Amino acid sequence: MYVEMKHINKTFDGFQASRDVSFGVEKGHLAALLGPSGSGKTTILRMIAGLDRPDEGDILIDGKRVNDLPGSKRGIGFVFQNYALFRYMTVADNIAFGLEVQKKRKGEIKSRVEELLELISMKDLGKRFPHQLSGGQRQRVAFARALAPNPQLLLLDEPFAAIDAKVRRELRTWLREMIGRVGVTSIFVTHDQEEAMEVADQVILTNLGRVEQVGTPEEICLSPQTDFVREFIDAKRFEALMGIEKEEA
Amino acid sequence: MKKEEDLEKNINPDAVGDGIHSIQKVIEPPKHASRPIVKYILIAVSALFLLVMLVIPLIVALVNALGDGWAAYKEAVLDEYTLKALALTLLATVSAVLVNTVFGMFAAYLLSKFYFRGRQALATLIDIPFSISPVIAGLVFILTFGNIGWMGDFLKAHDIKIVFAVPGVILATIFVTFPFVFRELFPVMNAQGNDEEEAAALMGAGGFTIFRRITFPHIKWALLYGVILCTARAMGEFGAVSVISGHLRGKTNTLPLHVEILYNEFNTTAAFAASSILVILAALVLIARNIVEWKRK
Ligand SMILES: Nc1ncnc2c1ncn2[C@@H]1O[C@H](COP(=O)(O)OP(=O)(O)OP(=O)(O)O)[C@@H](O)[C@H]1O
Ligand SMILES: [Mg+2]
Repeated sequence: MYVEMKHINKTFDGFQASRDVSFGVEKGHLAALLGPSGSGKTTILRMIAGLDRPDEGDILIDGKRVNDLPGSKRGIGFVFQNYALFRYMTVADNIAFGLEVQKKRKGEIKSRVEELLELISMKDLGKRFPHQLSGGQRQRVAFARALAPNPQLLLLDEPFAAIDAKVRRELRTWLREMIGRVGVTSIFVTHDQEEAMEVADQVILTNLGRVEQVGTPEEICLSPQTDFVREFIDAKRFEALMGIEKEEA
Repeated sequence: MKKEEDLEKNINPDAVGDGIHSIQKVIEPPKHASRPIVKYILIAVSALFLLVMLVIPLIVALVNALGDGWAAYKEAVLDEYTLKALALTLLATVSAVLVNTVFGMFAAYLLSKFYFRGRQALATLIDIPFSISPVIAGLVFILTFGNIGWMGDFLKAHDIKIVFAVPGVILATIFVTFPFVFRELFPVMNAQGNDEEEAAALMGAGGFTIFRRITFPHIKWALLYGVILCTARAMGEFGAVSVISGHLRGKTNTLPLHVEILYNEFNTTAAFAASSILVILAALVLIARNIVEWKRK
């Protein structure tokens, strides 16, 4: 297991946002944190990133307990729900920021930025500012910025939430492909089951701060273990989805 | 049909922004909307109002200041006490701007980036100088730091003089201009949220780097605007300073106080000459303010 959460509890002002959360994600896998709004998905992601501290339990990354390690030392890249691009910096400067902070050499930074701009097919847009980009382009910049310092673990909070339905489908196929190509272990948050089922190797289903079930999309859809999972997952839609994929293949 | 098109053209899609600055952009009136006569009446009324309230008094001030000739004006302006008053006004203004800029930034940062109990109460407290009469503020300072005051014995024992002394003048100026920088910064910082800063911190940026590269570019125009408002108010402050200064000529007199004293002594030329310095300073601030507003877009 590359990432492991062990019996995590987290309370905000008396409200318990995580209840005995345990799960693991294998190296190189893409996992989806799926659940209704307010079920504690963002909270889990923020604790892995070191933006929030769990009250109890252990967080392990690559076998090491990281509870006391600041987020910047955990080797992670984070894509925020609204991307949080630095609005007063160009696209290129956004991507370069993490490398500059690490005091990398100028030439090295430049070539890495160019490489990433190419990866996200935005070679000519490096001089633009975030507000001059479309939603999909912003999303790709956020992705490139998170990848720039070569993180071992990529965390994405609702990466497609701000994008309209048509483009969303394209973009998630793109993201799936990119993550596969880079080979980085990734966890993304979503409340859209179709999204989770379509791109993830593994789904972690949350409800009311608890983990309801962990498994492959097939396992969750075909053998739901709790009433909540049974109700939340629309098996028919899943079968239709899989059917479409078979035809395409 | 045609009218609708015109209307659409006049709504600037870029003009989503904060406060007053975007208003100028959004409400660009449609060209054929109202009859020209209404427009001219409104212009005439505004112009007349400005003429009576602003232009004529300013001209009168300048005419009076130069009424006894250029030499007399120069003498009045270069008078020892006038220069001392000017120096104290500048000292108090610079102090107020420095203190309130630092304080305003810390307070805006605290209230926009952290959530805690009493946050709202603190924001309201900071606004008190806006709602309280400056004269009362001055009296409160006398009651706190004066001889009979709450801290009087302590200050006396340590030989610190605040009331009827320069520190009191500075303190009063700081007090009345307290909220300006905070008021300008707070909405801007609040709207920015924490995400960009968190993102930078996650990449390993330190507090100073985060401030310099992410927070500051975002707030710089608001900050400058707050500083300018603060400067304008500090230079013109009369009430609070008047109560706490004791009007000691050449010691605790600021320019506005000095003008009043000269005027009360029927020394009209000198009074208006001293006023003209304030008018010039105000004009400079006004120009700076317009530049900032324009740069801010
Ligand atoms: N900083 C905080 N202070 C207080 N309560 C919080 C805080 N962060 C989260 N919560 C609460 O914890 C619960 C879980 O929040 P979280 O953001 O993890 O949900 P989520 O699953 O990401 O929801 P969504 O899909 O709407 O983003 C919510 O009820 C929320 O109100
Ligand atoms: Mg969330």
